[in-house]
Amino acid sequence: MSRLRRIAQASSRDLMILAAVVTVLGLIPLGVSRFTLSVATTALIFALAGIGWNVLSGFAGQFSFGHAAYFGLGAYTVAVTLTEFSISPWVGLIVGGVIAAAFGLLTGWISFRFGLKGAYFALATFALAEMLRLTFNNLDYVGAGIGITIPLAGGDDWGRIQFEDTPSLQYWVLLGIVAVSLVAVIAITKSRLGSTMLAVREDEDAASSLGINPLRAKMAAISISGFITALAGGYYTQFLLFIDPDLAFGPFVSVAILLRPIIGGVGTIWGPVLGAAILSVLGEVTRSLVREPPSFLQVIEGVNGLDQVLFGLILVLVIIRAPDGVLGWFRRRRQRSAV
Amino acid sequence: MRGRPRNAIWAALAIVAGLLLTQSTWWDTNQTVFAQAVVSGLLIGGVYSLVAMGLSLVFGVLDIINFAHGALMTIAIYVSYLLFLNQGVDPYLSLFITIPLMFILGVGIQRFAINPVMDAPIHNQLLLTLGIAIIIENLALVFFTGTPRSIELSYARNEFDLGPITLDFPVKVFGAVVTLPKLIAFIMALLLAALLYLLIKRTQLGAAIRAAAQEPEGAELVGIDVRRIYTITFGIGAACVGAAGALVIPFLFVSPTAGATFNIIAFIVVVLGGMGSIPGALVGGLVIGLTQEMTQLFVSGSSKLLGVFVVFLAVLLFRPEGLFGRVQR
Amino acid sequence: MSSILSVRNATKRFGGLTAVDNVSLELGQGEILGIIGPNGAGKTTLFNLISGAMRPDEGEVVFDGERIERMPPHLIAGRGLVRTFQVVKPFSGLTVFENVMVGAFLRRPDPLESEAHALSMLEFTGLIPSADRPAKGLTLASRKRLELARALATDPRVLLLDEVLAGLTPTEGAEMVEVVKSIRDGGVSLLVIEHVMAAIMALSDRIAVIHHGELLAIGKPAQIAKDPRVVEAYLGEEFQIAPD
Repeated sequence: MSRLRRIAQASSRDLMILAAVVTVLGLIPLGVSRFTLSVATTALIFALAGIGWNVLSGFAGQFSFGHAAYFGLGAYTVAVTLTEFSISPWVGLIVGGVIAAAFGLLTGWISFRFGLKGAYFALATFALAEMLRLTFNNLDYVGAGIGITIPLAGGDDWGRIQFEDTPSLQYWVLLGIVAVSLVAVIAITKSRLGSTMLAVREDEDAASSLGINPLRAKMAAISISGFITALAGGYYTQFLLFIDPDLAFGPFVSVAILLRPIIGGVGTIWGPVLGAAILSVLGEVTRSLVREPPSFLQVIEGVNGLDQVLFGLILVLVIIRAPDGVLGWFRRRRQRSAV
Repeated sequence: MRGRPRNAIWAALAIVAGLLLTQSTWWDTNQTVFAQAVVSGLLIGGVYSLVAMGLSLVFGVLDIINFAHGALMTIAIYVSYLLFLNQGVDPYLSLFITIPLMFILGVGIQRFAINPVMDAPIHNQLLLTLGIAIIIENLALVFFTGTPRSIELSYARNEFDLGPITLDFPVKVFGAVVTLPKLIAFIMALLLAALLYLLIKRTQLGAAIRAAAQEPEGAELVGIDVRRIYTITFGIGAACVGAAGALVIPFLFVSPTAGATFNIIAFIVVVLGGMGSIPGALVGGLVIGLTQEMTQLFVSGSSKLLGVFVVFLAVLLFRPEGLFGRVQR
Repeated sequence: MSSILSVRNATKRFGGLTAVDNVSLELGQGEILGIIGPNGAGKTTLFNLISGAMRPDEGEVVFDGERIERMPPHLIAGRGLVRTFQVVKPFSGLTVFENVMVGAFLRRPDPLESEAHALSMLEFTGLIPSADRPAKGLTLASRKRLELARALATDPRVLLLDEVLAGLTPTEGAEMVEVVKSIRDGGVSLLVIEHVMAAIMALSDRIAVIHHGELLAIGKPAQIAKDPRVVEAYLGEEFQIAPD
């Protein structure tokens, strides 16, 4: 590699990969059923949420087990601004992102000032998300436990991001948001901010001996992370046309968000997208296997929970066999063969 | 020293608040409700303590966030339930089966699943235990479906002649109802806590466990097989929920997620009491039990857990080493 | 010679132990001041006080006319006083190049400028061949060079080096001594903790001896070698004239 070109080359390489990924993902709606398209849209929504999680937990190393907080704030902001104030979800998405970022800054400032790290930080984020869920569950203004239903616009409506006639459009708009977020992440990884986050993740003492303020790095990470994950939550509302406290803030939302980047590769640019692709294919395969098993497996037909057992088994195996996710596994193999 | 005057102020405030409370009209009308909340909180708190003790050991010694702890309890719950249903084994007798069974299962899980990730980053440990929980809960769903079941003890409403006093269950304490299964669960939880405490403080195995928790490298140097201690500790942790599972089935619905509801509460108790501290888990469990009942009593329309989470965050921020923990920072 | 860094009556206690006891010293502009003393004498604690990792119980630290003893480490580093660690702390999940980029970014927001600077630091420390390897797999000698390259990339005016020679072979050590000298020639003032006596004598303009937390003697290497108090202090302890 020629000297003095590392950053430029890495940037153009990443942008080329991005172009390829977006092209491939963009072709999906052309050849699939309406059902598969909705699976792909869901996958993309959680990939986007995972991209956000990855900024805080992958790059800055602060493991969040409660990203449902940001996801849910985004989801409810879109729902409330639309149903109560008739504000377009485009604005709602941005407002939701800002609210989530502010929530991240506030809770992050408190947590990091008090020195919460590792398992303790993870448990605190979990508790915060649960507190939001329980609060929204009792808040009549947001429909309490019943949730909020988004009125149908009818037909394709760009202003309300509803595409009843052409669901592909809904997918493509989302893909656009994902692409923009990925461009932002690529830019961050090449910048001073990204370098700062990585340094804080690796060793806070060494980072501060090099002039980095660890608190500031974490605060930057948590606000960007919250913003992106809230975009995903807001879009989720527009996709489901419904939101309730469990769908928005439930513990399994947090797990769903962090699972994708971990399976794909924590702290990598492409991990969240790759992980989302793998998990949704896997999910569909196990689901259809249980729904219509091959003849020798007839006994498992329609057994409730079996797909989840399979899913759990795969999860355990992946964590033990490929602890750095799929991308990490590939990198390790390449390094081994290079030696 | 620094804490003492502050503690005195808190105590004084609590006494004044207590006096005001007993003088108010609220007290006249809600006395029984209040007593019931205190009693229910303490009784269920005992079970929380027992579950949390196992988790506290695992968290304190192995430094693993074990999200499968509740799922392990689910296994014990079903084992005890099936023994009762098919063999007519009394739940309290099934303790002699669930405790060793869960110990062995815990040892197996640690050996084959937890051990490979002992040095992995925390997200991997968390996901692994979560994966195990997903497997266990959904296997329960596959075999027993999601329908909640319950059992009734034939002697739960009996009269007991204890020499000088006769107890006619459910008895009333200050107007609050105390049912027999909950009382037994509470007493057994305290008993097992005492046993566990003695095991940790007074035996050689306990000394080794404490050494492995505080200074794993030092323990290795003085000839302690730390890996083996990790395995045994995980087994003991599982044995705790083995006991808890059998103790709760007379008053809890049996379902695939029955244990999971205890999981997060146990984590809160562990942080509150201090990682690895048995007395901490005991007191923490009672405090959390009380907190959840009080939340329901005083904050109308809110979930029991909201107050619990508030307490939890406060502890994380202001006393992360817990009530009984050593300062680690 | 005007001084860029002054430590005045610095004291640090841990419980009953006084790790640094009323120590005062001045680091001149462009000077290499060596700090020697037996293990546990308080050398690293002194570094911690200067770099902001710990606060002194008494006394002050003045860097370029400004009191810094109550500042957090990152602000001190930002003013141009940077340290290395005795037990090196590479960012082991990053490549060697990325490690040095972290330092280079401190004064250069532009990634391309930082990249050029980081590469010249790697060149200077002879790490170019390992630039794209993960820092995890480096030898001890290379990790020490990396620690140095990363600190240098921040353009420090004062550099605190904590045992950069310890554990190196004589050849590696000799190379490192040359690197340290050329850092000084580049206008950086250095405070150097070292155990390897021969090397520190050859390298330093002046030497300070710390014993039981106190400043025992300070002066030119030749004076220090002859100072009866120093000889006495060292004869009772381990006197390392050769690298270990």
